[in-house]
Parts: sequence; C-alpha cells; structure tokens
Amino acid sequence: MSTATLYDKVWALHQVAELPSGATQLFIGLHLIHEVTSPQAFAALKDLGLSVRHPERTVATVDHIVPTTSQARPFADGLAEEMLSTLERNCQEYGIHLNGLGSGRQGIVHVMAPELGLTQPGMTVACGDSHTSTHGAFGAIAFGIGTSQVRDVLASQSLTMNKLKVRRIWVDGALQPGVFAKDLVLHIIRTLGVKGGVGYAYEFAGPAIEALSMEERMTLCNMAIEGGARCGYVNPDQTTFDYLKGRPHAPSGEAWDRAVSWWKSLASGADACFDDEVKLDAATIAPTITWGITPGQGIGVDEAVPTLEQTPEEDRPLAQEAYRYMDLQPGQAIAGLPVDVCFIGSCTNGRLSDLRAAASIAAGRQVASGIKAFVVPGSEQVAAAAEAEGLDAVFRQAGFEWREPGCSMCLAMNPDRLEGRQISASSSNRNFKGRQGSASGRTLLMSPAMVAAAAITGHVTDVRSLPPA
Amino acid sequence: MTSTPFPSGAISQVSGPAVVLRGNDIDTDRIIPARFLKCVTFDGLGAQVFADDRSEQNGEHPFDRPEHQGAAILIVNRNFGCGSSREHAPQALLRWGIRAVVGESFAEIFYGNCLALGIPCLQASSEEIDALQTAAEAAPQTSASISLEPAAIEIEGRRWDLSMAADAKNRLLGGQWDATSQLLQQEQALQDTAARLPYMQGFVASR
Repeated sequence: MSTATLYDKVWALHQVAELPSGATQLFIGLHLIHEVTSPQAFAALKDLGLSVRHPERTVATVDHIVPTTSQARPFADGLAEEMLSTLERNCQEYGIHLNGLGSGRQGIVHVMAPELGLTQPGMTVACGDSHTSTHGAFGAIAFGIGTSQVRDVLASQSLTMNKLKVRRIWVDGALQPGVFAKDLVLHIIRTLGVKGGVGYAYEFAGPAIEALSMEERMTLCNMAIEGGARCGYVNPDQTTFDYLKGRPHAPSGEAWDRAVSWWKSLASGADACFDDEVKLDAATIAPTITWGITPGQGIGVDEAVPTLEQTPEEDRPLAQEAYRYMDLQPGQAIAGLPVDVCFIGSCTNGRLSDLRAAASIAAGRQVASGIKAFVVPGSEQVAAAAEAEGLDAVFRQAGFEWREPGCSMCLAMNPDRLEGRQISASSSNRNFKGRQGSASGRTLLMSPAMVAAAAITGHVTDVRSLPPA
Repeated sequence: MTSTPFPSGAISQVSGPAVVLRGNDIDTDRIIPARFLKCVTFDGLGAQVFADDRSEQNGEHPFDRPEHQGAAILIVNRNFGCGSSREHAPQALLRWGIRAVVGESFAEIFYGNCLALGIPCLQASSEEIDALQTAAEAAPQTSASISLEPAAIEIEGRRWDLSMAADAKNRLLGGQWDATSQLLQQEQALQDTAARLPYMQGFVASR
C-alpha cells in the first residue's frame, strides 16, 4: 500500500467518513460542471427536494455542444440550445457561477478552470467528464464521475470512492526537439496499455516531468484516463506556483504564502512508498501517433503498423478489427499515410503553447490542397491571447480556419465532424470508432505540431523532417 | 427494450437470459455514440445503445438478434466501458434491459456508474469468461442466474464462481448503491472536513 505520496496525503485530508459498505466518503474541493452531464443531475436533485450544499465550490461552463463557427444564440441545433438553456437555468436557480459564451472566461472545462486559478494543488477535483484527470497537473486529485455522482457532489460536496493504488511513472532524460508531452503520454499508454492504469492513480515524476511546463503537464495528466488511470498527477513545484500566481482565483497576499507552504507540504516525500513503479527514458521517445482504434495502438512516426506476430496474443482480435476499420495493412509505414482533415484543439492540446507549436510549423507554409484544416482554441482566454500575438493570422495565412472555442471535433457533439470514411490527424485524445462524428470516420492522434505538419504535406509526416519553409 | 422494472432496494440476485458481446476495450463511445448525449433526460437511450456497431452489423449485432431480445445479463471481455465517463452508457444498457454485467474487467468510471444505478458488475478470469460466453451463446433463450453472495452465475445447471469488490457487493446487498442519502447523513463530518481544509477558509491564518 502506498504511503506518504501526495495521493495519500490529499486523500486523508478529504476523507469525511468510512461508510458501512467499506467505501470512503471523500470531500470534493472543486466541482466543475458543463451542459452534457449535469441536466439529469439537477433533475434528480429537484426530484429529491435537495439543494446544492456548496454552490460556491461548483463552477460551470459550456463546451461540448457549442458551435465553433457562429456562437450566436439561439443555436441552429435546437437540442444544443436546449442543453445550454437548461444549464443556464440550473445555474441561476442554484446560485452556481457560469462562465458562459462571451464572458471572456468560457472554454473547455479543463482549460477554463486551470487558467482561472480555480484548480489548485491539494484539492480534490471532480467533474462529469473523464478528462478531469487534467487537473492532476497541479498536484490535485482529480477524476471524472458520472451523472449520479454529479448529483451526489451537488447535494453533499462529497462522493463515495475507493482509494486507488499509486504507480509512479518516473521519466528520466529530456524530450528531444519535435517531441512533446502528447508524444510522451501516447508513448506511456502504448507501453502500459489502455487498461494498465485500472485501479491506479499515476504519479508522473522524474527529471523529464519536472522540466515540463504546466500546460505540458496538463496534456500528460489529461490522457492518464486513456491509460486506464482515473487520475494522474504531478507534484506541485515552483513551475506550478509560478503558473498560479496572480490568476483570478489564486490566493494573494499573505494567503498566497500560506498556500504555497501548504502546497509544498503535500508533495510526495522522499519517504513515499508506491504500489508500483515504472521507469522510462524521455530521450528515446519519437513523435508518436496512433494507428488503430484505441489510444494504446500507438507507434513512433518512423515505425510501421505492427503485424499480428508483433502483437501480444490477447490484443490480436483488436488489432485485426483496427486493420479493417482503419483500412491499414500490418507492416505498412505510418509516415506518408494521406489524411483528409486536420484538427488542432481539445482539452488535451487546445492551450496557448499548443497553438504556438502548431503555428511555428504553419508559419510561411500552406495547407496542402484538398485538406480541411482548422484550429479551435481551448477557451476564450486562449483565443484572445493567441490573437494578441497574431497566431490567428499565421494560421489563416497558411490556410487553416480559425474557430471559436469549444470541444469541437474531439467528440463531435457540435457541427464539427468527420464525414464518411474521412481520416483525421487530430490533436485530441480518443481514436475510438465513430468518435469524431462519423460511424466510419478514422482518427490518428498526434501532437499539434504533427497535425500542422500533416496539414502542410497532406499526409502523416515526421515534424522533425519537414523541409524549411 | 425491456419492461422489467428498474433496480430498486436490495439487490442480491439477477436472473434472465444472457447476451454475449465479445471484444476487449469496448469503449463508452461505442456503447452510446456522443450524438445521443444531446438530451436532458436519459429516457430515450435504450433504443440507441451500440447504435453505430448495430448499424454496421446490419441486424447481426447481438443486441439486434431476435434470440437476445429480453436479455438481462451482459457477458463481456476485458476493460469494458473504457473512455468517456458518460453515465449515458450504463443508462442505455439499463434501458435496453441489462440488469447485470459479467466480464474479465471493467473501466473504473463505468463500474462506478453501473453501481450507482444498481447494475452489478462481476468478474471472472479470461478463461472462465470464455467458457461462460460459449455456454451462454449455446443457450440464448435460457434464463441464467447471478447471485451476489456468494458471487456466482449459473447457466443450464453449470455454475461459475465470480468475484466482486466487497464494498460494491455490500452496497448492492444493503440496498445502498444509490449513495446520496448516506452521504447526507454525515453532516458533522462534512463540516469538520471542510473546516480542516485550508483552501476552504481562503488560506486565512489559523487561530
């Protein structure tokens, strides 16, 4: 059993009670809600005649269903409009703050909360969205929940939970130029598998992790869930504190100093024990891309689609399904594979540094003919910052569309979607069958820079080998 | 679609025909594609469960086969329900008629969502699941029966031991799988917990 890890300390502090079933009642410090997984929770609350216990600890935004072209109300899609108006009504009725469209603070929930300083080290963070693991980047224990649990958090500011084991993923070395946090996490999932993390929280540590910016740490923790780990985290350090200082919801003045010393006390100590440990070397990781229908089916861009012989026996049926669905041959090189659509955005890679990385590839180049390429900032703040430094112009000049913030084509609950068997180069997080809105649409996951490179050449391209603009 | 009542109260056993869905890592986007999440109630989800897989298989998907209509037990393989946290996935299974799931392993959020709806998820080794699936496929119309204590499934007189985490079992057996009222009972402990968390006090100096 793990001891003295950040996970153990934060868990103990938030433990409300041992329930008769043996599960723990865990206090939730920050609850984030959005339009998709909250309406039924509010309806249940109403049915039970309950109120929201801590409306000030719940913050709402709208992200999944918003169009990224025109965000004028009412939306053209009546169902989307109904979802947003339901959220607005619920927030108003229960006194919950909504960072709505045009507020300057709307965005994908996992982009919005960190940039406002809502997410802080040592908190428990819950949201009806599996990518809540993102917030672990701050040294928070953050995890996705279902709608019944959203109801429970609204009613009691707590949840029934079981403690996870803790696996430390220690990453030595440094990521090479052209290799990003996205490549690192795709490599981790490829190595440990999509169910490797079931039952675990992942602690990401080591020199390569310490060197990551907060936005890179968010990308990493975001996809812990794709590796089966409901939460992933990085111990808070000076990078964390520098990021938080001065943000709207961060403590200030003397409270800031007390906060920093508390946050420091929560990091996994030298005496920490882990249930498991895995070591990796960042320097050996190439730009990584998925070829199949689960995020674990990843390879270096310089590799070929694995053959059945190279695939562990238990994974072969899935590999065969993936060859068929993706229309790929075992042994086929992934570089050079033509793409149709290039999507830069999502809670994984829709932050300013992601857009900068993609823009640096787009600058002075042109999107290949016949390719649809578009950039969706993760939030209104990201959009404003990117526009202030002219990234929108860089993208537009290169032939990318510059859109309004939202989840967009990551899950296609809005007008952005693949058509038919189109294949996308996507900076998002899931390549499941049908994920991007077409039942036969295909997704290749990769870093924003790799997506930009694919847009320029029209096919999967090692971003490190792109000829000078 | 089912006319069986939704789970309520203590759940110690589930019986009904079993339907087998083979494959590892079946994600919640497949169980219920995202476009069906555009709803403010769960009511219509039963008809949409596995919509894209079913349309691709053109009537041959287990959920479309006539012999599996009325099935109450779903038998799956490894890491079932991975991906999105959408409770819409177990809600759709529930509304189609599923009342228990047996598999080699489950994604955690999906497992918790099932529990919150009173759907037991029970486990067995991959070899046992394989044998169980073969037995269930051979007897699609036969009622199988699952007991939680001891955890086991019986099909056509053959019995397989299953496993289930103690707290989930206790919550189902005790009728406490719907957690809200239990959580609300801990008023003092909730106040005490909030009081000891520095961020809940705005990091003011302790007195």
